[in-house]
Amino acid sequence: MNVLEVTELSKSFGGLAANSNITMGIKKNSITAVIGPNGAGKTTFFNMITGVYKPTSGDIRLNGKTLVGLRPDAVAKQGIARTFQNIRLFKDIPVLENVMAGMHTHITSNWLGILLNLPKARHEEDEAKKEAYRLLEYVGLEHLLNEAAGSLSYGAQRRLEIARALATKPSVLLLDEPAAGMNPKETKELTDLVQTIRTQLNITIILIEHDMKLVMGISDYIFVLDHGEKIAEGKPHEIRNNPRVIEAYLGKGALSLA
Amino acid sequence: MKALISSLSENRLAQILLFSVYVLITSASLFLAEKSVVAFLLLLLSILILYFLNLKTVWKWIIGFVILGVLLPVSASQGPSYQSYMEVATLVGIYVAMALGLNIVVGLAGLLDLGFVAFFAVGAYTYGIFATPQAANFMPFGSYPLSGGSFWIFLLIGCFAAALFGILLGIPVLRVKGDYLAIVTLGFGEIIRIVFNNMDKPVNITNGSMGIASITPPSIFGIDLLYPNQFYYVVFGIVLFTIYVVRKLEYSKVGRAWKAVRENEIAAQAMGIPLVKTKLTAFAIGASFSGMMGVVFAAKQTFVDPTSFTLLESTTILVMVLLGGMGSVPGVILGAAVVTILNLQVLTELTNWMNQLSLSGVIAIPEALSPVKMQRFIFGALLIAFALYRSQGLLPAKNRKYNPEELKNKTEKSSILLLSKEKRQA
Repeated sequence: MNVLEVTELSKSFGGLAANSNITMGIKKNSITAVIGPNGAGKTTFFNMITGVYKPTSGDIRLNGKTLVGLRPDAVAKQGIARTFQNIRLFKDIPVLENVMAGMHTHITSNWLGILLNLPKARHEEDEAKKEAYRLLEYVGLEHLLNEAAGSLSYGAQRRLEIARALATKPSVLLLDEPAAGMNPKETKELTDLVQTIRTQLNITIILIEHDMKLVMGISDYIFVLDHGEKIAEGKPHEIRNNPRVIEAYLGKGALSLA
Repeated sequence: MKALISSLSENRLAQILLFSVYVLITSASLFLAEKSVVAFLLLLLSILILYFLNLKTVWKWIIGFVILGVLLPVSASQGPSYQSYMEVATLVGIYVAMALGLNIVVGLAGLLDLGFVAFFAVGAYTYGIFATPQAANFMPFGSYPLSGGSFWIFLLIGCFAAALFGILLGIPVLRVKGDYLAIVTLGFGEIIRIVFNNMDKPVNITNGSMGIASITPPSIFGIDLLYPNQFYYVVFGIVLFTIYVVRKLEYSKVGRAWKAVRENEIAAQAMGIPLVKTKLTAFAIGASFSGMMGVVFAAKQTFVDPTSFTLLESTTILVMVLLGGMGSVPGVILGAAVVTILNLQVLTELTNWMNQLSLSGVIAIPEALSPVKMQRFIFGALLIAFALYRSQGLLPAKNRKYNPEELKNKTEKSSILLLSKEKRQA
């Protein structure tokens, strides 16, 4: 069953077609990779799903409900969370509060309840703290809870972004180059984390990644974009030998050399 | 000396002892001396010392409450300048509440607002118009001025009126960020002032540049509030309320949303935080404190006119926030106190002193160099010095520390998994 259904999605900036007629079906509880050379339109694609950009045409449906035209915060409320290619943490506030900020939509008491110090508001706040701590344990950052997020190491910041995204209790998690800039050990740990998230939390994961070893090892299904178009899709072993993919990455002559 | 300080910072008993001696001496000298600005300022300083003491927060609050609520008014009450001390203390309170309001907008939500005094004006005029015959010019029903008892309701009305203006300002300016936002808010502040200046025709609502005079003083249980020492308690109460609200919101869902928007708008939105609503809340709540204090200001001065609400006022409040430390509640309180006291007490006293000196012929100082006239220069110099050497302010914002022991999961570890499953099924 497809949890996310993208049909003929296009986006153009002026005359430049960043995405054209992309159709994808993302299976529930799968790990799906979106790959392609630089400038292929992968991040644009993510930005359309999360409501940052409005598609020029096409439709995006999460569990049958369209996401087109929703603001990013409304999309997040529907159950899509994301991390960013260039890390976007709340740098000056503590690690724990970063994660708690992700729970915004799940804390229901309003300002009046907070000011009157109603038991419900207090209880929710306590629970949010504990839940945030659990999430930090989950990604292995619980010992850093009081540090400012910006002071963390690069790998830790990436994990914190994942914890913060999980705090929104998503059904689909988009990871934009989660392993960029990581050393092999960190990449291995990240791969394990992504797999645990999928199996334990039943979250569908879509990731953009350039590390082919990671992509081939982790993905159930892969979509390949080039110049804004989908040029291939399939299981990892199918993609590895797809002539159009090799051409997109290595150029026209590459096949004859191989 | 260093060893002495470090051993003192360990020893709680010695701290309490020394602090009590300090407070006793300063309050006694304020009580006994005819006119002693120094003793008055030193007694106020005790609050800052209290902040640094190694005591439980509850005790600090209680002690601070006693010093400001009882000790300060009582020990100042003997001298002839009692009312002028209370006037200064009242104005400090008014500015503290306003600076705390601006701190929400600038420090927590990261929205630079250069027209903050507009909300103060809205509050002041709200009470000013209805507590004088002015309202009869355009209100078809009711008899004006309203009685002094209505002041207490007007505290709330002023609060809501300012919040409403905060939202009205917010809606158009939310499209712009950073420098552009600063310019638009600056324009808004000026527009409000000019509108109040011109709303005397065709219907005379604000009495234009003449201002509104003889505003009914507030009354409670049949007593009219006329003197600064009475207003002092009104302001004291509002400031306590303001601190409570700011503190409570800062570490809640609302405050986290503000900080998230300040730190990174795109990420905040991706976490489900609605930008427009969050910014509007910041504008509205920040403005409401200012509106409330506007009502008090109008009642205290018994006169309002547009000249009280110039751009200089907006910048002064901003200076308080910057000087104290953006986003830091204790810092902003200190900043507001320092700037107000510098303005009202230190510079005036220095000028008086220098005038006396030149009168008695000791030195000759041209009038153009008197400290009061150099107010803007002094603030400018202060700001530059702070930007260079202490850009985070006097008391920088500190993040709350969480105790991991309290957060550790006592039940089973998988509850997060359960939670996310529930969500999916729902």
